[in-house]
Amino acid sequence: MITNGEVLIRVEDVHKVFGGALHALNGITTEIRKGEVVVVVGPSGSGKSTFLRSLNLLEVPSSGKIYFEGVDITDKKVNIDQHRQKMGMVFQHFNLFPHKTILENITLAPIKVRRKSKEEAEKQAMELLQLVGLEEKAHSYPSQLSGGQKQRIAIVRSLAMEPDVMLFDEPTSALDPEMVGEVLDLMKQLAKDGMTMVVVTHEMGFAREVGTRVIFMDAGQIKEEADPEEFFTNPKDPRLQEFLSKVL
Amino acid sequence: MLQDLQSKFINNFITDNRWQYLTDGLIVTLQITLCAVIVGIVLGFLVGMVRATHDRTGKMKILNAICQIYLTVIRGTPVVVQLMLIYYGIFASATVNKVAVAVMAFGINSGAYVAEIFRSGIMSIDNGQFEAGRSLGFNYRQTMIYIVMPQAFKNVLPALGNEFISLLKETSVSGYIALQDLTKGGDIIRSRTYDAFMPLIAVALIYLIVVLIFSKLVSLLERRLRNSDH
Repeated sequence: MITNGEVLIRVEDVHKVFGGALHALNGITTEIRKGEVVVVVGPSGSGKSTFLRSLNLLEVPSSGKIYFEGVDITDKKVNIDQHRQKMGMVFQHFNLFPHKTILENITLAPIKVRRKSKEEAEKQAMELLQLVGLEEKAHSYPSQLSGGQKQRIAIVRSLAMEPDVMLFDEPTSALDPEMVGEVLDLMKQLAKDGMTMVVVTHEMGFAREVGTRVIFMDAGQIKEEADPEEFFTNPKDPRLQEFLSKVL
Repeated sequence: MLQDLQSKFINNFITDNRWQYLTDGLIVTLQITLCAVIVGIVLGFLVGMVRATHDRTGKMKILNAICQIYLTVIRGTPVVVQLMLIYYGIFASATVNKVAVAVMAFGINSGAYVAEIFRSGIMSIDNGQFEAGRSLGFNYRQTMIYIVMPQAFKNVLPALGNEFISLLKETSVSGYIALQDLTKGGDIIRSRTYDAFMPLIAVALIYLIVVLIFSKLVSLLERRLRNSDH
């Protein structure tokens, strides 16, 4: 059991090359500790999404190692499916299953992967739905929900697997502006409840308010990482200074 | 004029119970089609999965190459040639059930088209669906079964219906291996009565009715599947 403050994910000199030419990740080394809310920012094309997606091996690193709960998940012999159950992921475009109801979306993995009983999984799903105030949508289909509701359901779907860490890949980028708040509020709630989170986002307000550490990426490298206060008031890297002057 | 038609009708269909050529032929046609559809779907599903898996993951290189040869050969040659090759070529000296040969030939032929239908159906599903499945801890197979295939099947249903209709009509060349299918039945009547028009119109009408019934069934199934996700 990993307790608060201990290393949950260790990333060692990870490189990712696409098609032999595009160097998306260029030697990433960092650690994610339990209870942290790590926010990753950077210009588009900086490799921040690739970095996040390599944490649960949706992108397989070209070289380097990633340890999750002490296990090297880049090792080909490791059953990655088992470890992914412990790493929730939330996508920019929600990726709910359109042919399943909201309740089925949430219970599918607990039932089929975790082998929970249908009753148990549905009871847990309804509790989670109440938490986000969407219990009346249990029997709706994703197409009947707003973008903000879809993303909250996507978060709930990940939570139903009781993950040790949640990865967010630009969770509010595809939302209408008036729906960003409801998703960020839920993420804040999660952070407050002690969930370990890695968040790729353009929401600087969220980074500042909720993040325990902010990482700035550019050209496939981590150019700066610091606590939010230091990061926003006293940026050292010139690229970060330039970036912040544009986005703040 | 009307009397002329009536006597032709009697001569073509009633005399010597000639209508039985059509009903017996229809039964053979339906037997071949239904069995070949099942062979085609099973074969097409397997080949389509290999091709889609290769497209998505780059694995199964050798199997994919074999499948591609199969698709190229089958889709690049006429079905009637394939049918005769199997009957006169492969089973030349053996006594085999001709219906079974036809089922095999049309099934193998249909499988090639069904494979590409399945593959395009799987490829039409957004990659995000795969990623969402995998990120929840489903393995590749489970992601296919629970998440991708149900959506893909709904997308390809109209194309599968078309394939069934094509297959039904393609079986009309079964006469080349001396099978008495519906078309051959009409042709036998023609050879007895020296009247081409009436028996062949009857044959055409029967095909049309079967196609119409089947199209209706497919559209009913489509509507039911659509209802399940608004």
